Amino acid sequence: MAQVSSIADEQASTPLSSPKSILLRISKFNPKLDESSKFMEFTVSYQKWTTVLEAILDVKKHFDHSVAVRYSCRQATCGSCGMMINGKPKLACFTKISELDSDVVTVEPMNNFPVIRDLTVGFEKLFEKHQKIQPYLIRDDSELESDEREFLQSPQEVEQYIQFANCIKCGLCNSACPTMATDSSFVGPQALAQAYRYVADSRDKGKDTRLNIIDESHGIWRCHFAGSCSQVCPKGVDPAMGIQFLRGYLLGFRS
Amino acid sequence: MKESTIMKIHYGTALASVGLVAVHILMRLTTGFADSLSYENVLANYRSVPYVIMLELILILLAVHGFNGLRVILLELKQGRVYEKAVSYGSMVGMIVLIGYGSRTIIMTNMGMT
Repeated sequence: MAQVSSIADEQASTPLSSPKSILLRISKFNPKLDESSKFMEFTVSYQKWTTVLEAILDVKKHFDHSVAVRYSCRQATCGSCGMMINGKPKLACFTKISELDSDVVTVEPMNNFPVIRDLTVGFEKLFEKHQKIQPYLIRDDSELESDEREFLQSPQEVEQYIQFANCIKCGLCNSACPTMATDSSFVGPQALAQAYRYVADSRDKGKDTRLNIIDESHGIWRCHFAGSCSQVCPKGVDPAMGIQFLRGYLLGFRS
Repeated sequence: MKESTIMKIHYGTALASVGLVAVHILMRLTTGFADSLSYENVLANYRSVPYVIMLELILILLAVHGFNGLRVILLELKQGRVYEKAVSYGSMVGMIVLIGYGSRTIIMTNMGMT
């Protein structure tokens, strides 16, 4: 535990005259050196627009350079900065401190992912499972062989899958999933939602292939419909609904 | 067997069990509840062929549903090739043993070997 308030002489990017401050607790853990994680505590001032990511970067810049955090776009597009914020999986760049309504903000690495260091987790399994469901259009012909330059769709056909195309692979849904907490082989809500995204696409002809892939002992049937995946998605994707639609195909209610 | 086929059986056995167990419980109301569970009445139930068929069906449905449920819980608890095979075959054996032992009881009682 360390209470750090004025290590650096330089000014923090958030003005020190800011009227409000919070206690930011950052989980520190290096699996190669540490046996368990510990929390470092920093007092950080904030404005109503300050995000959790900005607060972490402020700490990184002025107090502790060693804090490991992954980020890129800072606008909820790249899906890099997923972490547990006050116990819930959220994007740090998309979460304002003022919205948390708490004087203490605790940030930890996402659940159900291997920790690389501090707030950074490994995405290998997520991408492996994403790849497994063949996330691309499957068909015998292609626009290169056809006279048409594109596969046309009606607005109704686009409506069938478009929300699932918003997935940014941030992993928050997998982190929130209770099944993933115990079943490391479970394909997960992210991959299942993407399976539905392509199954529901009128241009795709790989429905049977994908349904076969997810119809296994650690596939779609292990979902208990807790719905937490849909609750935490920062892009409004509803993986739980996609999973139920996929089950409809497998049970013969949809074709 | 495909997991979707197993789960169809799982849901089917659940629905059928609810229906048959409801009939089984309602049969207790044909006489007074305590009377219906008296020794002679229970034996009489076992000697009625339609009732015995229903009991046998309940036994099979619940054994299949229960052991598959147990298999699913155990698969989610721990993973590994050997462990998963052991769980799947173990559940199958458990189910067969339970159905065998239950059927033996039903048949013996039906035939008057009490």
